[in-house]
Amino acid sequence: MTPADLRTALRPAGLVTEQPVGRSTAWWGVMLFIATEGTVFAALLGSYFYLRFQHGVPWPPDGIAQPDLRLPLVMTAVLVPSSLPVAWAEAGIRRGRRWQVRAGLLATLVMGGTFLGLQGMEYHENLREYTVTTNVYGSLFYVITTFHGAHVTVGLFMVCWLLAAAGRGGVSARRPEPVRVVAYYWHFVDAVWVAILFTVYLSPRL
Amino acid sequence: MPSSTAAARGTRPGPEAMASLTRHWAEAPSLRTWFGTVDHKRIGRRYLVTAAVFFGFAGASAVAMRTQLAGPEAGILSPREYNQLFTMHGTAMIFLFSTPMLFGFGNFLVPLMIGARDMAFPRLNAFGYWVFLFAGLFMWASVPAGAAPNGGWFAYVPLTDERNTPGLHLDVYTLGLLFLGISTTSGAVNFIVTALKLRAPGMSLNRVPVFVWAIVATSFMVLVALPVLNLDNALLFLDRRFDTRFFEPERGGNVLLWQHLFWIFGHPDVYIIVMPALGIVSAVLPVFCRRGIVGYPLIVFSIVAIAIISFGVWVHHMFATGLPQLSYGFFSAASTVITIPSGLQIFAWLATMLVGRIVVSVPFLFVVGFLVTFVVGGVTGVMFALTAFDQQTTDTYFVVAHFHYVLFGGAVFPILAGVYYWLPKMTGRMFSVRLGRWAFWLVFVGMNLTFFPMHVSGLLGMPRRVYTYPGGLGWDPWNLLATIGAYVVAAGLLLVAVGVVHALRRGAPAPDDPWGGDSLEWTTSSPPKPYNFPVIPRVHSLHPNWDPRTVESTGPGATEDRILAEGRTTLCTSELDGRYERPVEMPEETRKPLLAAVGLLMVFLGLLLAWYWVAAAGAALVIGTLAAWLWPPRRTPQEAGVAG
Repeated sequence: MTPADLRTALRPAGLVTEQPVGRSTAWWGVMLFIATEGTVFAALLGSYFYLRFQHGVPWPPDGIAQPDLRLPLVMTAVLVPSSLPVAWAEAGIRRGRRWQVRAGLLATLVMGGTFLGLQGMEYHENLREYTVTTNVYGSLFYVITTFHGAHVTVGLFMVCWLLAAAGRGGVSARRPEPVRVVAYYWHFVDAVWVAILFTVYLSPRL
Repeated sequence: MPSSTAAARGTRPGPEAMASLTRHWAEAPSLRTWFGTVDHKRIGRRYLVTAAVFFGFAGASAVAMRTQLAGPEAGILSPREYNQLFTMHGTAMIFLFSTPMLFGFGNFLVPLMIGARDMAFPRLNAFGYWVFLFAGLFMWASVPAGAAPNGGWFAYVPLTDERNTPGLHLDVYTLGLLFLGISTTSGAVNFIVTALKLRAPGMSLNRVPVFVWAIVATSFMVLVALPVLNLDNALLFLDRRFDTRFFEPERGGNVLLWQHLFWIFGHPDVYIIVMPALGIVSAVLPVFCRRGIVGYPLIVFSIVAIAIISFGVWVHHMFATGLPQLSYGFFSAASTVITIPSGLQIFAWLATMLVGRIVVSVPFLFVVGFLVTFVVGGVTGVMFALTAFDQQTTDTYFVVAHFHYVLFGGAVFPILAGVYYWLPKMTGRMFSVRLGRWAFWLVFVGMNLTFFPMHVSGLLGMPRRVYTYPGGLGWDPWNLLATIGAYVVAAGLLLVAVGVVHALRRGAPAPDDPWGGDSLEWTTSSPPKPYNFPVIPRVHSLHPNWDPRTVESTGPGATEDRILAEGRTTLCTSELDGRYERPVEMPEETRKPLLAAVGLLMVFLGLLLAWYWVAAAGAALVIGTLAAWLWPPRRTPQEAGVAG
């Protein structure tokens, strides 16, 4: 270590891993993106209730059975906790632990992939009873869940991208933004699933 | 009033610093940089020019329709052509002209007004422009193909479902608007983050120019309103193409869902269009009254209030649909309440004129034209808030007259005021005042001649959207007057275009501050340098250019932390108080935004023509480009911070 390096390291900016300043532009960008995406889901789920109550009983119509809860609850148990390893990875990048980032993201990748697999199984089951063209209930069910599944897929793409970037040294304690952005998006996709669980699977039983 | 030139304000940063700034920010004039530029000023000008071209197309459609309606039983246009023309006229004026035009002003002006060197996300900005361009071409290309949207700009189902309107018409509409929505959304995010984080130090929220407030409030409305329209269009596309049943009553769907979703977007959209235009008025009017605007806090309050209340009035577009009476009462009240903040702004402008010393320049003429016509549109707007009156006049020419007074008055006049006001800054050239005055009087007289008679023909029962009408119903003279007016407006607008070209070719060089303006864009050169500000100013008041302390802050005493000549850098400040935080690196020119937009074009063309493999290839291109675009830059271990 040369004296110049030492001086650099001892300057205030060198001593803190994260500068004590306001939110970054990336933080605001991803939050606004999530807000507008959240509005799409709000409008979509609002349309579900509008169509349901305008339709009247019975709901689901045309003799379709109440949605089976077993598989969706397993899917919830897989997807919702997948926010934890992401949060753990984010905590890791702040301390500069790349291995922690990688381990956390890999766990998320596995859990998210499992969720999509389970959704495929559920579709396989449900498609025997009704499809997206059967009636408005079928349209709502498949469009809402597929739209969410597409978001999970995008989230998984982002996780893969981040794993590749982390492997090449693209993220660090000084530049934790990429990890944070992906983490916020993933939490959002999780939270939306809870709203979908309530709307699509639980509310018809109320 | 101090309106000194930059040279009089003392020395600029040293020659080495200036050379370094130029090296880091300037773009070599090549085809490569033409496609790859991320400069907000170039992108802003492109938005303005492209939106003006689409305005020309939509205006030509209007002239064709007015020619057809000049007398009864004319045969210039077939009903099919007429349907496509009035739909494209409305859709293009709303989506491809008004908002992109005002976003163009925002792109050019927001960084200049807040003392930044670019937008917060310059590459996203370039991406937004390319997407807007491609989406506009996507929609306009359907006109020569004979497949233009033909269900009216609000495209009500069941008229627009597959059974009643087969063909690509409505698929162009739904996909085109979804495509364009990507541009508008990315622009809105960019404006908000730019205005929150990139303001010059000292510019706390109570020193932000009204125009920037208006753009930010508009952007928030876009982020909440536009997703609802996008959802609506996605559902209609799915219904038409993949036989889902959202709008099909036989299978449990509901046609009113379309109208609810459309107007939850649609009424806020009126303010999305008008609000930045009102922001232009608040920027232009005080400068020609030679004083600061009266009631700045009240104007900002009314902007925020309108942005919120506008989400609670959508049912007044649906008073004739048979919804419960109680809901009519609520929405009627909300529609009346929203006139209060709108009125506040009008009175603030009147008061500014009353206590100021008016200079009747060309931009000011257009502002006065705005005030007169917008108030007329506001008065008929209050009439529609009354359910009983609304039910009598809905779908007549009275409605057409009303919203043209609001939108032509409320958006086109301020936009023209803005064109003349900022033309010297954007091009570095002065315009011909004589041409400008002629253009104003032609547009003003022509506009009233076109739209005022429509009030009468509407009250006489003439329905909107008819391609012709029988004679002898008392409508003939009013229609003839409107048609003459349309030609007068067209002549006036042509004079505006001639004036701009004339200024570019023959105009005298513009000084840095031709009007004695108060905001920061007038402290830069005309046109501004690629880095905008050699020194990022320290702001001490709401009128930085009229305030000696702010002006001095860019003079000899300027500190290194605001010159930032080493690298392509601008300043991050805190959201509320504008406290100095840190310099941030800005990205350089890149063609990846263009590539991503091309990918999106492939996606939407593939979906439209049912070439799904093209859509898939386009999606792959978008994902690949985004992954490369966002790829973190390579850094030395020191820069990366820690080992590992």
